Amino acid sequence: MYKILKAEKLADKIYLMDVEAPRVAKHCEPGQFVIVKMDEKGERIPLTICDYDREAGTITIVFQEIGASTMKMSKMIAGDYFRDFIGPLGRPSDFVEEDLETLKNKKMLFVAGGVGAAPVYPQVKWLKEHGVEVDVIVGSKTKDMLILEKKMNEVAGNYYPCTDDGTYGHAGMVTTKIEKLVEEGNKYDVCIAIGPMIMMKFTCLLTKKLEIPTIVSMNPIMVDGTGMCGACRVIVGGEVKFACVDGPEFDGHLVDFDNAMKRQQMYRTEEGRAILKVQEGDTHHGGCGNCGGDN
Amino acid sequence: MADVLKRIPVREQDAKERATNFEEVCYGYNKEEAMEEAARCLNCKNAKCIEGCPVSINIPGFISQVKEGNIEEAYKVIGESSALPAICGRVCPQESQCECKCIRGIKGDPVSIGKLERFVADYALENDIKPVKAEKTNGHKVAVIGSGPSGLTCAGDLAKLGYEVTVFEALHELGGVLVYGIPEFRLPKHKVVKKEIEKVKELGVKFETNVVIGKSTTIDQLMEEEDFEAVFIGSGAGLPMFMGIPGETANGVFSANEYLTRSNLMKAFDDSYDTPIVAGKKVAVVGGGNVAMDAARTALRLGAEVHIVYRRSEAELPARVEEVHHAKEEGVIFDLLTNPKEILVDDNGWVKGMKVIKMELGEPDASGRRRPVEVPGSEYEIELDTVIMSLGTSPNPLIASTTKGLETNRRKCIVAEEENGQTSKAAVFAGGDAVTGAATVILAMGAGKAGAKGIHELLSK
Ligand SMILES: Cc1cc2nc3c(=O)[nH]c(=O)nc-3n(C[C@H](O)[C@H](O)[C@H](O)COP(=O)(O)OP(=O)(O)OC[C@H]3O[C@@H](n4cnc5c(N)ncnc54)[C@H](O)[C@@H]3O)c2cc1C
Ligand SMILES: Cc1cc2nc3c(=O)[nH]c(=O)nc-3n(C[C@H](O)[C@H](O)[C@H](O)COP(=O)(O)OP(=O)(O)OC[C@H]3O[C@@H](n4cnc5c(N)ncnc54)[C@H](O)[C@@H]3O)c2cc1C
Ligand code: SF4
Ligand code: SF4
Ligand code: FES
Ligand SMILES: [Mg+2]
Repeated sequence: MYKILKAEKLADKIYLMDVEAPRVAKHCEPGQFVIVKMDEKGERIPLTICDYDREAGTITIVFQEIGASTMKMSKMIAGDYFRDFIGPLGRPSDFVEEDLETLKNKKMLFVAGGVGAAPVYPQVKWLKEHGVEVDVIVGSKTKDMLILEKKMNEVAGNYYPCTDDGTYGHAGMVTTKIEKLVEEGNKYDVCIAIGPMIMMKFTCLLTKKLEIPTIVSMNPIMVDGTGMCGACRVIVGGEVKFACVDGPEFDGHLVDFDNAMKRQQMYRTEEGRAILKVQEGDTHHGGCGNCGGDN
Repeated sequence: MADVLKRIPVREQDAKERATNFEEVCYGYNKEEAMEEAARCLNCKNAKCIEGCPVSINIPGFISQVKEGNIEEAYKVIGESSALPAICGRVCPQESQCECKCIRGIKGDPVSIGKLERFVADYALENDIKPVKAEKTNGHKVAVIGSGPSGLTCAGDLAKLGYEVTVFEALHELGGVLVYGIPEFRLPKHKVVKKEIEKVKELGVKFETNVVIGKSTTIDQLMEEEDFEAVFIGSGAGLPMFMGIPGETANGVFSANEYLTRSNLMKAFDDSYDTPIVAGKKVAVVGGGNVAMDAARTALRLGAEVHIVYRRSEAELPARVEEVHHAKEEGVIFDLLTNPKEILVDDNGWVKGMKVIKMELGEPDASGRRRPVEVPGSEYEIELDTVIMSLGTSPNPLIASTTKGLETNRRKCIVAEEENGQTSKAAVFAGGDAVTGAATVILAMGAGKAGAKGIHELLSK
């Protein structure tokens, strides 16, 4: 059992939790993810590691409520337990292995969309700790949905918030901000884009044109997260890869996003039904002995 | 009096009935039936059946106790050689192991060794007969990676010798393929697998789930930082293969591992569990092994019309005869001498069919089986909404790639000595599917035993 030490609402439908998981905290690196399972009957849910504290043995996760499982998860509070918490999974970001001097001479641009700010944060933080300053664009629909702003600002070189509705920062999509920065004379050696599939797709179309090598973090449907099931297949450069072991980060210019987006829809009917079930009063919290929320 | 040439039949759930549920197919013997079947054993002096059993169970020894009705004694005899008899009694390919060597088989049916073993083991589980535990620990710490049959056996054997054993398992449940692969209707999880693992716990073995060796920690770290003096790797062969044909990433194409994991480990067939499964209306399972039969019979139970698409003929089906027989009885359709060429995909990215080609058998290949060759111009299309690829699995490279000095072969299998499991790395042993590639439960158990022996030899020096 893995104890939730902190549970906080960051914005509408976006939540942050600190979870006790010493083995994961000791070995994780930026770019990796965990799989959580709430209770006996729960799904295995992959979530990116958003921060970690090796001494305290904790992992921070940030998740968006979009379906039945995340809806249930949003009701968990500090003191509750996850039945299972597995990780770190996937490969660390490439820069973790790169020579620091080379890295310091690189101009890096991070682009986060929505809840994607969460997985971008530990990467920017790691780079800052290793003396590398990077530019960060964070996009959201509206001002109230922007998350981790203070933390991100602390570790980013230049921090550029954007909102689709223009309520804060740059008005417009993240892609328009990238274009603007490049027009203004910024030269980037690499772009790292993490967010909704559609945002990553359009970012890649743009950076391909701008000839900026781009890395994306894929979030296909997963089950085990260890290479055993093949549910997480993505096509990269015409080859089939398993995102949980070969990724989740890939060369964005080689990813077949159309296939990936179709695959994300695979369980739409079943997921819709599950949401209805939760909404129709199947929600419960604590004390039922079923979900592990009572100890 | 029954005909001694014939075995006592075993009761099974009706085929029509069971095709719609996940309850166990075979009910097993009751005590009278078991005693009657046991009476057919000739208690041979030079019992050939033992040679056929990879863990050398004293078969006439336990059967003669069953004959007398001493089931507890029979359990003790089996327990000397096997820690998981309720499982082996159900899933061992007995027809090609112990039973195929039985003297009774020359003129009539061999003794139902597997069914008798199952009866004794189930009796022990129901009556909670405890295994014999070590009197005290010897202070040596051993780590076992993987909780499949090889790991469980190695851990159990070492615990009996007094070792402090911790098993590290990547998944959230213990049992390896026994829980994520083999379906409920063949091997009940709560009634059998969990209980049999409980017995290993009673021997003093500790278990830590959710630890992916190579990610959560490494073998080198276990030895350097956590003071484990030896390690046994029983990590199986879990990596699924695909064909590499067009359309394979379409929605509705699964590996058998995914389909079975969703159904068995995540219990997607039970509505009260959260993990979804797309059952399919018309399903093709590509392959002909045990795994293919399990996937096919699972899809059938979820309500689909199911076709096994296999490129050789019935005689070459690698699955156990009993499984093929059960699958047919339940209504699985066999499209033999047929091979997929392409998966046809609709505009939304879903499977709509499969282009296949007819095959014929040519000259024998390296495996001694006649090689299937395409019949030119015989392609045709079948309409489908689901394809389950069951083409075999290989060992996951995760452990080998994160352990210094651990040698693997061309097939990504860990290289280890057969008699004691020793790998190329000091104090590291391995066995089971991780070493042999996908094989059987009982061979994995045999390898676990050999590994325990190797570790004991090393640490008791
Ligand atoms: C490597 C990785 C990292 C991720 N990191 C984060 C993160 O940091 N924060 C966050 O909010 N989300 C993250 N996700 C997505 C998150 O796993 C899904 O949103 C979640 O599983 C949805 O579950 P649900 O039951 O609430 O929704 P559902 O209604 O079941 O599904 C909604 C949508 O989520 C996706 N999804 C459903 N099940 C899975 C699954 N088992 N695996 C992956 N995707 C699924 C599908 O696209 C689906 O249509 C990540 C996914 C991956 C693969
Ligand atoms: C669907 C199916 C049906 C089968 N039917 C039969 C049958 O009827 N009869 C028969 O005899 N055999 C059958 N087999 C084969 C048999 O199950 C295997 O040969 C046997 O389970 C192998 O045992 P093992 O201990 O080597 O590995 P496994 O049972 O594969 O167990 C390996 C364990 O190690 C864990 N692991 C892997 N990597 C790591 C890691 N890095 N860190 C921690 N843990 C890890 C895995 O999660 C798994 O739990 C079947 C197999 C399948 C898939
Ligand atoms: S373990 Fe398997 S091979 Fe050995 S006696 Fe039992 S059923 Fe036969
Ligand atoms: S060979 Fe057959 S008859 Fe002889 S001891 Fe073994 S099971 Fe009994
Ligand atoms: S999630 Fe199962 S192989 Fe990647
Ligand atoms: Mg869900």
